[in-house]
Amino acid sequence: MGDIEKEIRESKAGMTSIVKTIARFAMGIIIIFGAYIVLYGHVTPGGGFAGGVILACGYVILTLAFGKDLALRKLSDQGASIMDNSGALAFLVIGLLGFTGGYFFLNFLGHGERFSLFSAGIIPLCNIAIGFKVTASLFAIFIALSIFGKFVSGLVEDEE
Amino acid sequence: MDLFLLILMIFMIVGSVIAIETKNLLSSVISVGVVGFGLSIVFLMLGAPDIAITQMVVEILILVILIRATITTDNTAIERHADTFSLVSSLVFFGLFLIFAFLAVHDLRPFGELLMRVSQTYLETSAEKTGATNVVTGILLDFRAYDTMGEATVLFTSIVGAFVILRRRGRKHKRERDTEKVGILQDEDIKKDFKGF
Repeated sequence: MGDIEKEIRESKAGMTSIVKTIARFAMGIIIIFGAYIVLYGHVTPGGGFAGGVILACGYVILTLAFGKDLALRKLSDQGASIMDNSGALAFLVIGLLGFTGGYFFLNFLGHGERFSLFSAGIIPLCNIAIGFKVTASLFAIFIALSIFGKFVSGLVEDEE
Repeated sequence: MDLFLLILMIFMIVGSVIAIETKNLLSSVISVGVVGFGLSIVFLMLGAPDIAITQMVVEILILVILIRATITTDNTAIERHADTFSLVSSLVFFGLFLIFAFLAVHDLRPFGELLMRVSQTYLETSAEKTGATNVVTGILLDFRAYDTMGEATVLFTSIVGAFVILRRRGRKHKRERDTEKVGILQDEDIKKDFKGF
C-alpha cells in the first residue's frame, strides 16, 4: 500500500515538484485548521459547514498537486458517497435521539462548562456530522466536475 | 468606516459589471471572485466573522472549481444578441425597483435596531439556554436545528442531482438488462404484440 502511494507521489502526474513539496507541508496545516474549525464551532466563529469546506479544499489541493490517482486512493468517490450519506444520517439520528427527552432536536446532553471543548450538549456532535457531510459532498462535486465523467464511463466500458 | 464600506460596495458593483460584460470567461470568473472576497470583507467589518469565514472559504473552492471547469471547456466567447425590447423593459423595471426601494428604505429602522424581538431574545438567552458561547452556532444547531436539517437535505439532494447529471454516459446497457429481468415491455415487444392482433 505504502509503496504504491510513494510511487504515485513520485510519478509525473499532477504539477511540478515545487507545488508538490509545498502542498505536502500545507496539507497537514489545512486539515488541522479545518478540524479545529469544526470541533470548536460552538466556542469560536466557524462551524460544521465552514470547517467542512476547508477540509474539502485540502482534498482539492491534493487532487490538483498530485493528480487524481493519489486523491482517489485517499478518498475514493465510493468512500465520499458513503461519508456523505453517513454524515447526513448521523445528523438525523442525533435529531431523533431528542425524542428520548420529548421533542425533535432536544439538547439532551448536559450543557457543561462554558468555553470548554466538551460543552453545549449535542451541538459539537451535530457540527462533526455536518463537517463530514460537507467535506465528502464538496469533494465529490469537485471530482464529479473534473474527472468523474471519464472515470465512470471507463468503468461502464469495462463492464461491457 | 461607512466610507470604506461605500468604497467596497462600489468596487463590488464594478466587479460584477465587469463579470457580466467581459468576453473572456476566465476574467469573468476572477471578477466574480472579486465580488465574493469584497463581500467577505464587508461581513467581517459588520461584525459577522462566521459568515465571513464561510463566504471566503466557499469563494476559494468555487473559484478553483470554476477555473478548472472554464479552462477545460474551449468556450471563451459568447454570442451576444442586441435586443432593444429586453433592454428597455429591464431599464424600466430597474427604475421602478429603484423608486420603490427608495420609498421602502425610508421606512426601515436604523441599522442594527431590529423590529423583531425574537432576535434580541436569542442574543440574550443563547449562552445559558444552549451552552454554546458562539451565538450563531447556538441558533443554527439548537433554536433552529430543524432549519439546519432542511439545509443539509437541500445539500444532499443537490449532490445526488449533480452526480446523476454529470455522468456523461448513461448506463443504457444496464437498464436494458434490468428491464429484461423485470419484464418491462420494450418498443419492439409492443410492436410485435401489435402485429399479432
